[in-house]
Amino acid sequence: MTWLWSNLDLVGELSLVHLALSVPAIILSFVISVPIGWLAHRYRWSRGVLLTLCGLLYAIPSLALLIALPVFTGLSVRSPVNLVVALTLYGIAVIVRTAADAFDAIDRDVRQSATAVGYSAFGRFRAAELPLAGPVLLSGLRVVIVSTVSLATIGAVIGVPSLGSLFTDGFQRGIQAEIATGIVATILLALLLDLLAVLAGRLLMPWTRAGAARRSSSQAPVVEEVLP
Amino acid sequence: MIEFRGVSKRFPDGTLAVSGVDIVIPPRKTTVLVGSSGSGKTTLLRMINRMVDPSGGQVLIDGTDVSTLEPVALRRSIGYVMQNSGLLPHRKVIDNVATVPMLRGTRKREAHARALELLDTVGLDRSLADKYPSQLSGGQQQRVGVARGLAVDPNILLMDEPFGAVDPIVRSELQQELLRLQGELGKTVVFVTHDIDEAFLLGDQVVIMQQGGRISQAASPAEILAHPADDFVADFVGADRGKRVLHLRDVDGRQIVVDDDGRAAGVLAS
Repeated sequence: MTWLWSNLDLVGELSLVHLALSVPAIILSFVISVPIGWLAHRYRWSRGVLLTLCGLLYAIPSLALLIALPVFTGLSVRSPVNLVVALTLYGIAVIVRTAADAFDAIDRDVRQSATAVGYSAFGRFRAAELPLAGPVLLSGLRVVIVSTVSLATIGAVIGVPSLGSLFTDGFQRGIQAEIATGIVATILLALLLDLLAVLAGRLLMPWTRAGAARRSSSQAPVVEEVLP
Repeated sequence: MIEFRGVSKRFPDGTLAVSGVDIVIPPRKTTVLVGSSGSGKTTLLRMINRMVDPSGGQVLIDGTDVSTLEPVALRRSIGYVMQNSGLLPHRKVIDNVATVPMLRGTRKREAHARALELLDTVGLDRSLADKYPSQLSGGQQQRVGVARGLAVDPNILLMDEPFGAVDPIVRSELQQELLRLQGELGKTVVFVTHDIDEAFLLGDQVVIMQQGGRISQAASPAEILAHPADDFVADFVGADRGKRVLHLRDVDGRQIVVDDDGRAAGVLAS
């Protein structure tokens, strides 16, 4: 504990740096995956190819990817952007199948009815499909949040500072408390972002709670409508 | 007036859903398409608002071939009510009812005011306006579906088995409501059902369809009972049995009407 109290500034600063690496990667992977997932849902023939290719991204060893990426991007291996790109690719691998499933899961009747009342193809996507895919997309996003925050620690190995630096430094100097602090801080950060995502979900998708409230109160007598 | 001229539909998988259909659907009347599943009745209905395009023949609304009309604009001008209400589950009742007017550019305030009136029209309490569809009973959801179908005051209202998924008591209430509404509003209603009793109750014209999307008979309920076109129709409407075959029986000087099974159906007016 004494280590932690005398290094609070360092832990705070690394937490912010860690956030700056993970949050853009989380947002980018989400924003890129939703259209890919929609394409895979909409055009069945593309599904196998898209989902398999995106899934395979996760099979690339992370250290190898971090070192190979600069060849394509022209960035330095130690650039934070290099790490964000890598984290985004892994994020896409994690969420894209969920995104396709989210669109698959929308009730066929609701989709047809949106067409029948006169939504254009894009209007239907924006007003019906995207919000209705929301709950499943959120669950995918939560997995990406946790995995990205955890994976961002690898930056320390190639010289991009993050909470992972507490591991590498702690190992080199034999400070157990520093390693433990790094682990706990990473987990806390993941939990914090996860909580924010859940709260944002409640705010943006109030209808999901209305439905749950009705189900939980289904024991109560239902007052049927009375005709005029 | 809606007119089908030599309309057929073959789906890409080879199924012939509709073949050689000619019908005239008169304005301001209720026409019911009735048949068992696979008779092409829903396909026929969906050709009116171009959710399905025919592979042959023409569908005309007031003399205009619908294939020349832009589908999205066409759908916004026609009311559509479907089974399981088809309401958007993430929108409040009021927003669901106001959907189509707002798609057509009506301002939110006006569209919402009109939506509240429509809740009155279909017999729903205005306090339900801020609820989500999942918080309503099945019957209430169907009423909201009808309100949404009427929201732009369309001339044509398409109803695809709208009361198929509610219990018999609520279904009977909804049927009576529809008759009352139709009496007040006089829309051109095209109604799809597999229930012949519902068809006879609601339809001014009843179109009986059989497998392969062919029309067996299109006439008023009375004509169909009096002169079934063929054995299929006679059998389908049950003209020769059960509660359709009524006899008179004299009970203590009063004329009682009984059905084929001997159950009392009513008293003959004197």
